[in-house]
Amino acid sequence: MLAEKYPEEVKKIFAKYPPEQKRSAVMPLLYLAQRDEGFVTKAALEDIAQMLDITSTNVAEIVGFYTLYHDGKAGKYRMQVCTDLPCALRGADKFLEELCSNLGVKVGETTPDGMVTVEAVMCLAGCDKAPMFQVQSPDGIAYHENMTVDKTMELLAALRKSGKEVK
Amino acid sequence: MAHLLLRHRDIPDIGKMDVYKKNGGFEAFKKAVTRMEPQEVTESVKASGLRGRGGAGFPTGIKWSFIPKDIWPHYVVANADESEPGTFKDREIMESNPFQFLEGVAIAAFATGANAAYIYLRGEFWPVAAILDEKIADMEKAGFLGDKLFGSDYSLRIHTHLGAGAYICGEETALLESIEGKRGLPRIRPPFPAVYGLYGKPTVVNNVETLTNVPLIVEKGADWYKSLGTTDSAGIKIFSLSGHVNKPGNYELPFGTTYRELIYKYGGGVTENRPIKSIMSAGASSAMIVADDKALDTPMDYASVRALGADLGSASVIVINDSVNLEWVINKTIHFFKHESCGKCTPCREGCYWMMHLIERIEHGEDVQASTELLHNVANQMQNKCLCPLGEFATMAVATAIERFPADFKPSHAGGEHG
Repeated sequence: MLAEKYPEEVKKIFAKYPPEQKRSAVMPLLYLAQRDEGFVTKAALEDIAQMLDITSTNVAEIVGFYTLYHDGKAGKYRMQVCTDLPCALRGADKFLEELCSNLGVKVGETTPDGMVTVEAVMCLAGCDKAPMFQVQSPDGIAYHENMTVDKTMELLAALRKSGKEVK
Repeated sequence: MAHLLLRHRDIPDIGKMDVYKKNGGFEAFKKAVTRMEPQEVTESVKASGLRGRGGAGFPTGIKWSFIPKDIWPHYVVANADESEPGTFKDREIMESNPFQFLEGVAIAAFATGANAAYIYLRGEFWPVAAILDEKIADMEKAGFLGDKLFGSDYSLRIHTHLGAGAYICGEETALLESIEGKRGLPRIRPPFPAVYGLYGKPTVVNNVETLTNVPLIVEKGADWYKSLGTTDSAGIKIFSLSGHVNKPGNYELPFGTTYRELIYKYGGGVTENRPIKSIMSAGASSAMIVADDKALDTPMDYASVRALGADLGSASVIVINDSVNLEWVINKTIHFFKHESCGKCTPCREGCYWMMHLIERIEHGEDVQASTELLHNVANQMQNKCLCPLGEFATMAVATAIERFPADFKPSHAGGEHG
């Protein structure tokens, strides 16, 4: 239960919106719910629905609509490489292809140790610093820009070792 | 000229409260609250000629003046969803010159009688939201947010709200739905947000860059602001330059700077010194401009870019050199819009689906001529029929690439990486 587990944060989230508009809290609460497992569990859907007096379908449709919410387990870190037009003009497609071959995975797959899922995503507003990607983890989101495959492999080695992100 | 929006480039620590204050910070907000009527602030912004920097270019002061006086409460919402491929200016403002933006939010709220403002950031801007939360707390501590500001009766609170990855939430009514805890589906208009906005109340939605201009106008006056830029496009603009240039990045320049100056003088020229084939003036939503001498010497202002058969939009300039086939370019943009179409209205949902299948046929060399004609037909049929601008945007590059660059869709040219 989020309210018991993160009482301070839940209180802060509700304080942002008018008391009669608590449904607005659904998006921040979903981020909170994802913190443990990296995805939103069925129990969390029910919990949030109850907190907001809406149905669990109302919560599930938010998870389904927005790309940063997930309903299933993936790697601990989701490495989301932008391959949209401006990044692609600066070699993002080739970068992603080489990265995947170095990791021995296809786009959308997770490394055998369960650490990293490689994904291709839409524009991240980092067009001038391509190739670039974001790493989504239970702790949040961080950008990594002007990347090469070598720098990315170093980042992954450090992640595996420390369990922490490094720039 | 010193930067007026990207001020951190001249004053690196402008993101710190004491440095911002030392450089005139919050004087404009104080002046508005203590020495001006809300109406006067709106009139001043109207007179300055400031137009929305998010893409639509609607006059900001006029937007504010639509807020009715008989329905309360009012809200101000800052659109920090910045998701157009090729646009990365708002992020730099918020990361490095956050107080000027927040001061703009505060002045807009005072002018429109709002006691609460929300900043809607795309979910990927998680660290940016953390910066803004910290700066909002600094403002509360310094007495620039809260109750009875500067000894007046005016109270204001600002909150951040993170989206979660949906381009459509940059459309203002979809954005409002998203803050309300729903899927980001655009509303049917009218009523417009000025009358029926957040929680059904009068709401002004402005882009980050637009709001960051506001303190300058209040401080230095409408006439001064108007003297920058051109008659049709007052002031300064941040141009996000990307693609095949040696020095991609944000460039703050007066309106009326030419594409040639932006690309060669500021952007360091084209990658590998190749000729430019096409320019996209407004990100992935843009028409494809034929990059001849006339286009390169066109001043970047609303009317001149319109005369080129394109739009200034959010001024995200994507440069494409002659190594690229435009069939490959629109393959990218179509996949983007297919992914981001919310599915609420039929022309956009079905149109994007069919455009995707047709461009894939062309990519694989299947009946290229007939597929290209059909693709052009589908794009034309979508135009003027969609519920919100996303559907229109999806067709811009497609229709103009086929019309203006027919050689790129010949069977012998289409297909393969970069054609």
